[in-house]
Amino acid sequence: MRRLPHKRAACIEALKVVQRHRGWVSDESIRDLADYLEMTSDELDNVATFYNLVFRKPVGRHVILVCDSVSCYIMGYEKILDRLHARLGVRFGETTPDNRFTLLPIPCLGTCDRAPAMMVDDDLHRDLNNKNIDEILDQYE
Amino acid sequence: MNNMERPLTEHILVNGPPLSLKEYEKTGGYEGLRKALKMEPQEVQEMVKNANLKGRGGAGFNTGMKWSFVPMGPNAPKQKYLVANGDEMEPGTFKDRLLLEGNPHQLIEGMIIGAYAIQASMGYVFLRWAYKNAAAAIRAALKEAYEAGYLGERILKSKFSMDLALHTSVGRYMCGEETGLLNALEGKRATPRAKPPFPQTSGLFGKPTIVNNIETLSCVGHILKNGPEWFKGLSKTSEGGTKLYGVSGRVKSPGLWELPLGTTMREIVEGYAGGMQDGYEFKGALPGGASTDFLIAEHMDVKMDFASVMEAGSRLGTGTMIILDDKTCPVGMLHNLEHFFAQESCGWCTPCREGLPWTEKILLALEEGRGKPEDLDHLAFHTRYLSPGNTFCALAPGAMEPLQSALKYFKEDFEKHIEQKRCPWK
Repeated sequence: MRRLPHKRAACIEALKVVQRHRGWVSDESIRDLADYLEMTSDELDNVATFYNLVFRKPVGRHVILVCDSVSCYIMGYEKILDRLHARLGVRFGETTPDNRFTLLPIPCLGTCDRAPAMMVDDDLHRDLNNKNIDEILDQYE
Repeated sequence: MNNMERPLTEHILVNGPPLSLKEYEKTGGYEGLRKALKMEPQEVQEMVKNANLKGRGGAGFNTGMKWSFVPMGPNAPKQKYLVANGDEMEPGTFKDRLLLEGNPHQLIEGMIIGAYAIQASMGYVFLRWAYKNAAAAIRAALKEAYEAGYLGERILKSKFSMDLALHTSVGRYMCGEETGLLNALEGKRATPRAKPPFPQTSGLFGKPTIVNNIETLSCVGHILKNGPEWFKGLSKTSEGGTKLYGVSGRVKSPGLWELPLGTTMREIVEGYAGGMQDGYEFKGALPGGASTDFLIAEHMDVKMDFASVMEAGSRLGTGTMIILDDKTCPVGMLHNLEHFFAQESCGWCTPCREGLPWTEKILLALEEGRGKPEDLDHLAFHTRYLSPGNTFCALAPGAMEPLQSALKYFKEDFEKHIEQKRCPWK
């Protein structure tokens, strides 16, 4: 922050810090942060809602991000998605009733030579198929 | 083939740890920087210009030339910036990940040289959120570089000082667009800015700024160390250097290879990627990410350099090819692509905000058997009205490149969807 010409330039960093500790960014957090960064709540929310990975709603303990871009499409990501729907009982944007997983789509994860791919929290999983997907999910309690 | 030079990747251990500072120095790392600091900044610009290093993010503009547009001398603004664009979010693109995860010091050296050439005192690595290993590698490398005196005050006891910091994004395709990236770094929505003024004169926080791609900057240390003639000699064409080429899709061995610029599509697809998987036939390829025009079988011997691919009616883009096979529906693939572009449009200008969802909906209708003959005219209409000059930035024109070429090469497949009132692939 010491390198930045004004406080609000740090707002994306600040949103990341809140999300790291709370899991998501609530209206209350937006108000508190905005005060601190010398901007209005609307200005901060305007930034927060622009980016794919700032969660403005609560998410489960683990967030599954399934790549839905072109190489994964060609390599059959839709079958992986069917399996995830069947196993978790949720669609994109939903959280399992036990609050264990939130399922979200994500653009290209940059690992197209090993498609289909997804991330669970900070972990990248590649070469997905109907067998290994169950083993992967079991790793997350 | 064995003595082919691969300066960017030869020391990288795939799926291994990144090169430490000591290991990087052993390979000749930071020698280029030592040379640069003994030269005048403009001489460094000139050297990189003569190497004919074309921007590897996809635009293919001469890097040294880009640097030369920055105001220099006593009357130039004191604060200038150099930014490395590591927001690799172009679908089908996975080249910068390897350089970031495998050899972060190579990037940092290129950035210090670039900053010296334009006399910038602050640099940022702009990294997409998904690259967690890359972020860790860069953080560790920055710490090492500061401790060794490559960054900070009076670098290697010269008069040049600079700081370098990492910014990890929170995800949006627009962050890869040069001016969108600058807005994101300023803590704003990543919408594009009007040009002119160009970032070279008024960029980050209104100060002169250079934004270069990761692969581009990773070449710079090698150019300084070995000279522009050596760099030009790496290539098979007049454009200097090697290129990271990638292949994804139904080929036998998808992957990434550093090869001389100008290697043909056939050598890459049939040679390095091992050709198509059994039971699949090659139908077409997007040569450099989602926003490039299709090439087809007749283009197999096209040299994959910026000028040759343009002559063939497409763009080299990022050099990472996406292969369309005969078992994948081209309309379905296009729907997937336009869904991405429609979602990632920032909504700043009307043609992009309204036009891209329209094309997405038409393509979905075709896929679901609800297509009408006039839909093909509507798609063609969009490829004209979302072309360069009609939109604020390159997102929508890029989105139209795979569509316009698919309408040209795979028109029958579109028509079959309408005639049969269903997707023939389902």
